[in-house]
Amino acid sequence: MSFAFQATGLVKRFGKTTALAGVDLAAEPGTVLGVLGPNGAGKTTAVRILATLLRPDEGRAVVGGYDVVRQPAAVRRISGLTGQFASVDEDLTGTENLVLIGQLLDLRAKEAKVRAAQLLAEFDLTEAANRPAKTYSGGMRRRLDLAASLVGRPAVVYLDEPTTGLDPAKREDVWNMVRSQVQEGTTVLLTTQYLEEADALADNISVINHGKVIAHGTPAQLKHIVGGQTISVRPADPAHLDTVATILAAVSGNEPESHGRGVLSVPVSDDSAMTAVVRRLDEAGISVIELSLHLPSLDEVFFTLTRERQEVAA
Amino acid sequence: MTTTTTREASADGTQFIAAVPARPFGLVRHSLVMARRSLIKTMRTPEQLLDVTLQPIIFIVLFVYLLGGAIAGSRHDYLQFLLPALMVQNVLFASAPTGVSLNTDIKTGVFDRFRSLPIGRSAPLIGGVLGDMIRFVVSIVVMIGFGYILGFRIGTSWLEVIARCLLVMFMAFCFSWMFVLLGMIVREPGAVQGLGFVIMFPLTFGTNVLVPTNTLPGWLQAWVNVNPVADAMQAARGLMVGHSPVFEPVMKTLAWSVAILLVFAPLAVRAYRRKA
Repeated sequence: MSFAFQATGLVKRFGKTTALAGVDLAAEPGTVLGVLGPNGAGKTTAVRILATLLRPDEGRAVVGGYDVVRQPAAVRRISGLTGQFASVDEDLTGTENLVLIGQLLDLRAKEAKVRAAQLLAEFDLTEAANRPAKTYSGGMRRRLDLAASLVGRPAVVYLDEPTTGLDPAKREDVWNMVRSQVQEGTTVLLTTQYLEEADALADNISVINHGKVIAHGTPAQLKHIVGGQTISVRPADPAHLDTVATILAAVSGNEPESHGRGVLSVPVSDDSAMTAVVRRLDEAGISVIELSLHLPSLDEVFFTLTRERQEVAA
Repeated sequence: MTTTTTREASADGTQFIAAVPARPFGLVRHSLVMARRSLIKTMRTPEQLLDVTLQPIIFIVLFVYLLGGAIAGSRHDYLQFLLPALMVQNVLFASAPTGVSLNTDIKTGVFDRFRSLPIGRSAPLIGGVLGDMIRFVVSIVVMIGFGYILGFRIGTSWLEVIARCLLVMFMAFCFSWMFVLLGMIVREPGAVQGLGFVIMFPLTFGTNVLVPTNTLPGWLQAWVNVNPVADAMQAARGLMVGHSPVFEPVMKTLAWSVAILLVFAPLAVRAYRRKA
């Protein structure tokens, strides 16, 4: 099989609002698809359709070979969902929450307890296992939430903005947990507003805005679409700055910018620019202590993509 | 652990195989698991039980000591008359909060998770109703216990009393589904509660709970005669105190209860499905 899940032409309307206007999303088994977009772009709607919580008005979605509309029970059995809002029961303890899910997934009581203990350990919650979830911190709640979506060892996991509202350290924790799941072969769909998060976790990214996918590709490809890579050079001897500036100008055809700390940078559009710069610096006998090629941040990618859209629309 | 088949594709290579296979009788098991969840939650917040502990005691004291002398002349006689019927009322009152709590519940993320699990759509609702039946038990125990302290005495056998308790619990179980439906279609928990009272007051006070039917004005007598709750109260008196026919009111109560269950349970499940 080629895709762990595949949605084609999803359309969903809520009254007069069109939440999805023909969305295609797909991921190969064992990969992470990042769905990136601002609030209200349609990310959650797409996730809810794939998780069988909503029926699409048009289009089709297949998860693990099962159609979400015609075989929802089969889809539910092989997928796990962590919603945007904490989907744990506040009154129940960590253990009770996970055992409950285990039993609803047809594990026997004993198996459900074993699985719960295992996940609590994995998610660093063993000490809090017997406390009601309402006493948990935000980060612990998210971890429990994630654990809950993994009780049935799902082949496909949907994480709807799993780190929204977490501080950077806690975010890193969640990322590591996602990575370890992927290593075990799980396919993950992750929605996020954080471009950094998609860059850190996703094999492929679909950028979505106003219910449409406006770009799709690997993080590197997306960065490339926007172009505008930047070469930065810091010569070992600041006296060489002028020569370096000449070289950079000759290679890129652009005027280099000085950042005042002995570093010069210049935007380039040609893929071979970097090697050309290296060669010429070598020929001129200039040693450098810093030489780098920056891709634009995903923020810039997103900004460029949405602006292009708006211009097209206007 | 039996979960070893994770993430393997099936033989034809087109479909994932679930790590945990389905077991039979899912709806029953899942409903019981959900009932247990509801029980745990009730135990953690026992103040939810005030309406089946403090409220019936207040009602008994209020009616027996404030009105009993005037209505019946003897407090003891009035207690014998009042208690079996008041128990019906309190247990039915106790069936309404299920709708309120489900209304609150389905808005939380937890219900999203339940909906994403391979369980019957009705399991969370059935579980909620079953779990809340503990409230009926508490109400019955409190009322018989407190009544006994005040001098209430059973005029029949314990067997009949148990039959009566089961009958009333079954009736309340069936009535719960009206409130589950309300909980599914009304937006705010407060509104569910308000509507619950609007429905429950004519049903439970529009009976001979406080005074014999023949003291009521004609139009009210007409209502009491068709009101199923009045039948249940009649049955309760017959089974606890004696001196009155039992068979017909019991049958009527059962018939009404089943009818209400058959109408409202499917409607409630359908309404829940629509919310998903």
